[in-house]
Amino acid sequence: MILLAVILGAVLGYASIKFRVEGNPLVEKVEAILPQTQCGQCGFAGCRPYAEAVAAGEAEINQCVPGGNNVAKHLAELLGVEFKPVGGEEDFDHKPKMVAFIDENTCIGCTACIKVCPVDAIVGATKLMHTILADPCTGCELCIPACPVDCITMIPVKENVTTWKRQFPIFELKKVA
Amino acid sequence: MRTLHKFHGGVHPPDHKTESSRLPIAAAPLPQRLIVPLRQHIGTPATPIVKVGDHVLKGQMIGAADDFISAAVHAPTSGIISAIEIHAVPHPSSLPDLCITIVSDGDERWIERQPLDYRTADPDAVRARLRDAGIVGLGGAVFPTHVKLSPGQQKIKTLILNGAECEPWITSDDLLMRERAAEIVAGIKIMAHLIQPEEVLIGIEDNKPEAIAAMQAACQSTGFEVVTVPVLYPSGGEKQLIKMLTGKEVPSGQRTVNIGVLCSNTGTAYTMHRAVDHGEPVISRIVTVTGNVTKPQNFEALLGTPLGELVQLAGGARPDTSHYLIGGPMMGFGLNNLDAPLTKATNCLIAVSPALFPPKPAAMPCIRCTQCAQACPCNLQPQELFWFSQSKNFDKARAYNLFDCIECGCCDYVCPSHIPLVSFFRFAKSEIATQDREIMAAEQAKQRFEFKQMREKRERAEKAARMAEKTAAARAAAAANPDDPVAAAKKAAIQAAVERAKAKKAEAVAALSPSPQPSPTRGEGANEKGACFDLPPSEQSTAPENNTEPS
Repeated sequence: MILLAVILGAVLGYASIKFRVEGNPLVEKVEAILPQTQCGQCGFAGCRPYAEAVAAGEAEINQCVPGGNNVAKHLAELLGVEFKPVGGEEDFDHKPKMVAFIDENTCIGCTACIKVCPVDAIVGATKLMHTILADPCTGCELCIPACPVDCITMIPVKENVTTWKRQFPIFELKKVA
Repeated sequence: MRTLHKFHGGVHPPDHKTESSRLPIAAAPLPQRLIVPLRQHIGTPATPIVKVGDHVLKGQMIGAADDFISAAVHAPTSGIISAIEIHAVPHPSSLPDLCITIVSDGDERWIERQPLDYRTADPDAVRARLRDAGIVGLGGAVFPTHVKLSPGQQKIKTLILNGAECEPWITSDDLLMRERAAEIVAGIKIMAHLIQPEEVLIGIEDNKPEAIAAMQAACQSTGFEVVTVPVLYPSGGEKQLIKMLTGKEVPSGQRTVNIGVLCSNTGTAYTMHRAVDHGEPVISRIVTVTGNVTKPQNFEALLGTPLGELVQLAGGARPDTSHYLIGGPMMGFGLNNLDAPLTKATNCLIAVSPALFPPKPAAMPCIRCTQCAQACPCNLQPQELFWFSQSKNFDKARAYNLFDCIECGCCDYVCPSHIPLVSFFRFAKSEIATQDREIMAAEQAKQRFEFKQMREKRERAEKAARMAEKTAAARAAAAANPDDPVAAAKKAAIQAAVERAKAKKAEAVAALSPSPQPSPTRGEGANEKGACFDLPPSEQSTAPENNTEPS
């Protein structure tokens, strides 16, 4: 019996070293739900730190502004906590997708926005005009306060044939009596 | 006689084919202005390769296929490019898209047309010809044909030509088969040469006896078999026709090549023949103009012809016309702008009036009668899918195989409560596609963010290493040559500047003790030099830290 206990103990001890899980696997799951805008609107320096805080129970689930209530709902489901609406608004839906736009006549080429862009979506060089790559831009708005001449504005992304989304069908119901 | 199989469900809507099939195909006159959309196929849109003001010839490529899943577009006539801009196109969203506008010069001058002998040419050269001639599936999905005819390692046993044309009102394939059967068969030979199938079947619904007779005559001594299938909507659906002819079912989420079958439209075969044997790209198509028009007929019209002109050719719409449909009444979509041009996918234009298409009565709640499930040709449960789509339970809708739905409209047709089921399925599919796109975008943003962090870390490390190297080199130089006159002079100059600054500061403090002056060393130009000389010592002060770290 003692021998068996020793053997099983050795097996368990070996398994705990061999199959050790690196880090908290919950962080990965939380991070997969977040929209990865890296905007810092949650109060953390990016999506990963927020995911770590949520997984550790140090942050609320309703702090992701770009993700809106949809993300909050998914987080509530994943963590088994009660859903809390973002900003306390039940119908808070995430803002329409925006991209930053640089007014090229005003831009002085200071590269301040390039340094703060978390996804390298701004191209340009010192004293040369900068421009935004609309496709990788996540609309995080971090470049707006960085610009010393206020030449960056956010513009909503227009729907086109490929990004077009169908509306929820609304149909007339027959009146009864 | 071949044994036919039955697919599940199906309906028998009134077919309304005779309205437009009585008259032969008429050639539409050359319009003044042609609007050619660059996105006329599934996949990457073509890239414009002409400029505004260029003169182009009929059949000249104006949009090139960049990607593998893409196809070229061509000038339908000779003329001047007047605009490359966003213009109305026939699309369910009614959103405009990028188009090239050509003002015709009336000469109809062709490019040099070079036939290609597919029997001796390399199969890849034939496929490249198909891509550059803009050949896409004309059955409705407009999938690039060269991609379809590249099945890779899969062995194709059966090649099926789809001439079923089951959708009501549409007769464009019927008329094409009646009048140009020999050319279609020539195109089928090219397909058969490329994929080497064991058998070639041509499926035609039995409400087209003239087309069946014409195709049978053209297929003599070719080994191709014309198979008559009974009328049952949607027998022209790819998977339904395969089931009927071969008894095989395409597994959910897989493609037809996985079961060794390839299915193509007869109109596609015709355009392949024109492209390979005559060197003519796809610049026109047969389109049925029917419904509430005075003289319904099929026209062979140039791609880019404004649809309003086609309505005029068919005698114009009667006054009670409410709107127009692209495609048939079961699967088509509404068109709100007759300026939109004819595209490769436009097989039919229907003028709608309340008399011909009575509006649906108001809907009533779902009573779970499952008539839709009995009618569904894909063996789905539309009543469940409706429930999940309405409550935006998309994961569940996907689990119930929403993406196997071909949007044929059989469930709408039989629903006793008149619920617009297909609208809900389209909505749910669109939402799921958007969610998938967002997940992809988030993944891309994450990768770019992590790469930027990695790069910044690397840059910091590189900068520190460079700085350490520079200081070490300077020190080594100073040690090797202690009484270098240049270095000594520099050191003395720095010392002198520091002394001067100190003296000036003391003087300023002594003279103006009450008023706090902003650091005087900055304001005066003479001291700028001193500020410059201040830099090396500050560098030196940070450098030792870096030096000591590794040791």
